[in-house]
Amino acid sequence: MVDAIIIGAGHNGLVAACYLARAGLRVTVIEKNDWIGGAAVSRELYPGFLYSNCSYVASLFRPEIMRDLELPKHGLQILPYEGGAVFTQSGGYLGMFRAHDANRREFARYSARDAEAYDRYGRDILRYCRFIRPMLLRTPPDPASFRPRDLIEMAWLARKMGEMSSAEAARMVRFWTMSVADFLDDYFEHPVVKAYLAVSGIIGTALGPMSPGSAYVLLHHYMGDVDGNIGAWGFARGGMGAITKALTASLQAAGGEVRVGKAVKRILVRDGRVRGVELDDGEEVLAARVMSGMDIKRTAGVVEDRHLPEDFRRGVARFKTRGSSGKLNIALDAAPVFPALPEGAPNLKGDLHFTDSIVRMERAYDDWVDGRFSRDPFQDCMIPTMIDPTMVPPGKHFMSCFVQYAPPKINGGAWTDADRDAFRDTCLDQIETYAPGFRNKVLHVEVRTPRELEAEVGLTEGNIFQGELTFDQLLFNRPVPGWAQYRMPVKGLWLCGSSAHPGGGVMGAPGRNAAREVLAEAKRGSEMRDAYAVL
Amino acid sequence: MPSSDAIILGGGANGLACAFRLAGAGWRVTVLEAADALGGTAAVVAPAPGFRAPFAHLLQGPDARVARAMGLNIAAQEIATTALSATASHREIRGGQVEGPDAAAFAALHRRLSDIAGALAPLRQRVPPVLGRGNAWGRLAKVALGLRRLGATEFREALRLLLTNVADVVEDELTDPLVQGALCFDATLGAWTGPRSPNSLILLLDRMAKGPLTLPRGGTPALAAAMAQAAETAGVTIRTGARATRIETDGERATGVTLASGETLNADLVVSTLPPGSTLRDLVGARVLDAGLFTRVGQVRARGAAAKLTLALSAAPDFRGADLRTRLLVAPSVPAVESAWTPVKYGEVPDRPVMEIVIPSAHEAGWAPEGAHVLSAVVQFAPHAPADRTAAKAAFLANTLKVLEDHAPGIGRLIVGADLMMPWETLARFGVPCWHGAELSVEQMLFLRPLPDLAQYRTPLDRLWLAGSGSHPGGGINGTAGWNAAGRILEVGP
Repeated sequence: MVDAIIIGAGHNGLVAACYLARAGLRVTVIEKNDWIGGAAVSRELYPGFLYSNCSYVASLFRPEIMRDLELPKHGLQILPYEGGAVFTQSGGYLGMFRAHDANRREFARYSARDAEAYDRYGRDILRYCRFIRPMLLRTPPDPASFRPRDLIEMAWLARKMGEMSSAEAARMVRFWTMSVADFLDDYFEHPVVKAYLAVSGIIGTALGPMSPGSAYVLLHHYMGDVDGNIGAWGFARGGMGAITKALTASLQAAGGEVRVGKAVKRILVRDGRVRGVELDDGEEVLAARVMSGMDIKRTAGVVEDRHLPEDFRRGVARFKTRGSSGKLNIALDAAPVFPALPEGAPNLKGDLHFTDSIVRMERAYDDWVDGRFSRDPFQDCMIPTMIDPTMVPPGKHFMSCFVQYAPPKINGGAWTDADRDAFRDTCLDQIETYAPGFRNKVLHVEVRTPRELEAEVGLTEGNIFQGELTFDQLLFNRPVPGWAQYRMPVKGLWLCGSSAHPGGGVMGAPGRNAAREVLAEAKRGSEMRDAYAVL
Repeated sequence: MPSSDAIILGGGANGLACAFRLAGAGWRVTVLEAADALGGTAAVVAPAPGFRAPFAHLLQGPDARVARAMGLNIAAQEIATTALSATASHREIRGGQVEGPDAAAFAALHRRLSDIAGALAPLRQRVPPVLGRGNAWGRLAKVALGLRRLGATEFREALRLLLTNVADVVEDELTDPLVQGALCFDATLGAWTGPRSPNSLILLLDRMAKGPLTLPRGGTPALAAAMAQAAETAGVTIRTGARATRIETDGERATGVTLASGETLNADLVVSTLPPGSTLRDLVGARVLDAGLFTRVGQVRARGAAAKLTLALSAAPDFRGADLRTRLLVAPSVPAVESAWTPVKYGEVPDRPVMEIVIPSAHEAGWAPEGAHVLSAVVQFAPHAPADRTAAKAAFLANTLKVLEDHAPGIGRLIVGADLMMPWETLARFGVPCWHGAELSVEQMLFLRPLPDLAQYRTPLDRLWLAGSGSHPGGGINGTAGWNAAGRILEVGP
């Protein structure tokens, strides 16, 4: 008998486990895979090469959690990007640099007006971040409830709106609901500049850049920081697994344990209360509390229907988890060469894209709507080993290519191996166009379509956010209206994964928020610091 | 000495409603209409000699307050919808009723959406609240309370539905592709969005909040005529063929209007029912307007995606037995609507457009010669600015006729005249870039319509007001925006 079982040793499950353990609860984390990490892993899938084979970059992970759980002490280090580029079909490129002024000058190569607009754009985005960020580490209020905690929270929200001038408030509401294409049109004129900035509006979502609501997704990707540098992205040294490795070390230091290779078959319920879990091998692990880091569909899937109200089950069935992305993880014999870039340019030390217009991005999305993978896909490619040599043998490289769009089903049917191979070739061919000779340097490729993401990582339909980030599934709507406060309809069962507010990205916020709710109910104090303000 | 107290630009439903309300308060009001006829899009199209059809062929309105005050006695009958099937298994939709597998589910969904629409409907008749540091929290709270009264579960459901997309909702709740397609069509009718785009459901809610869909006797032009008569009786001066070319200013204040003829009319107040872009950028201009506002008004989205096809037919078409006295929808499924939308994002023409068909001559005489018929269709989605307009229009017409032929075999042989108006032609004729003066979408609704600082009908230029479909609550021939604006003017003074 332990005090709490956490299902899934992903970053959110581990974050929740750490907070509970540090508050003095006896905690066991149960992981179905033989390794720890969920979607934040570094795996050696080719001898000598560590792959960040799921999530591949860091920014959103809450600094408050890093401090609370002493992750740097346990080995976590985030290295910021030093570049980035969009390659154009005409053989040129738009580069990104660490210095804001360098970016401005780069934009000016395309449009002087866009260079000027970049400052205004940055200021506005920061203002929106300042409003949203404090909500990440709070439990959403239930707007239909008259309980004091919900009324207080609603009042807090209203007050935050009230702090703004009416023009500011209106601009922000408009921003939340519009498409990233429309939003960028308000600032920029050059298609390449817009294509570069639109990327954050589509990553991970089943939306195109012209879909309303994609501007919010952009913000979701801007809310993070690296060392306080808002909006910056970076690599975890040693791959994304470094995050869950540090969390595991932190957990163990606090007395918690992780059991790997154990799948949960059933959550045990008696008299409407959680009793523990039953594992695949028949073993029963008992605890008064179970927190699930699995997505809501999988969580509900291991609870017998009779324990869940029908409304709730319908809400779960309706929750959208459509996957939209795939991934190629590539071991390279040598660094790829992109002739468009000047020699020694720092741009390879960041995100590389080949989609030079929003129209091409949107057309890639049209393919997804029609039930096929994009013929001219959007790729977000990284070569983390340009900055972090610890992942590969000397002189070699690991390249991560995040690809959109890849539907959960191909023309209504399951992905086949032939589909997967065609998908791989489409992506590799695109890279080859911009980096001739690339394919000859490829030592090994791991291809992950939504099928693989679901089978291995347990992300239903391959949705990397454990549920789409659209407004009908955010805040008090996430994952099911009325059940957005981490508490599930069975007493003692809690949700701590990205299906809960504030959603996906390697953020850790759902885990921390859920832990706060559990500790409050257990009447345990915790050592959580308040959310940092954005200055 | 001003020649009138107020000049209203535009003699459509909003202009006439606004003029009537101001005149009722004792103002001397002049309405200036650029066209030769009043009514704006409540106009007549003639596809062939002897054939006529209303441009705006159905009515949700007029606003009850406008109808009451102006004494508009419109004989209008509610019209049912037939979702056409290419295999003759049509579905007739009457209010919340439909036959087939979705009968119960559709009734439940319709009731839920009607309840939400009903709770939101009062917002349409008010001046939009000011967000942020303002005084409107109380009023917003009242609307929220109206929603809350639906019960906790329904309230939460309403909050989820407000910003969702219509495709997911119909796929979650219904199974019949024809009914799903019909709801997707209605949600996106007149909008620049597809059914899978987030925030598309609220457009359906807004449509439901406007009231039942009716066919007025004599068509919408008859309503326009009744409104014009009421306005004139109330003492409003109406001038047609009077195109304004400039709004005259003195410093930061509007003083009158100059017409294409060169004539200048002075007034204490100018109210424009033209789209915000035309009003502020073309008629006022950068010379006077704050540069920031000038830019932002230019960014108000106003892309039209609806085309209007009017066909003169030598005999009654046969839509595989469908009742010609209903509104016929060709929108057979969610993917059909979505794929009709997709090409328009790129300024291209869809292979198989979707459409709403009304046959006025099946309802009353006078639209077509005896025995002949006139078919009026809103066809979506049409590109508003294709690279080659002539080619796009030809392709769009060919594709539309192909779809029509599939649903009414032999209709092609009956055609004796056709009139197709693409979005840019609607703009040229009526001055509206899209149906609503500015696109109707969440980011341009309520306190955001057309821009936050213009949302209470007043503009930063003293004595210049907006009262058209580019303002809250948007288009439709109902006069609501004009009536709301006049009320605000009377409340706070010019």
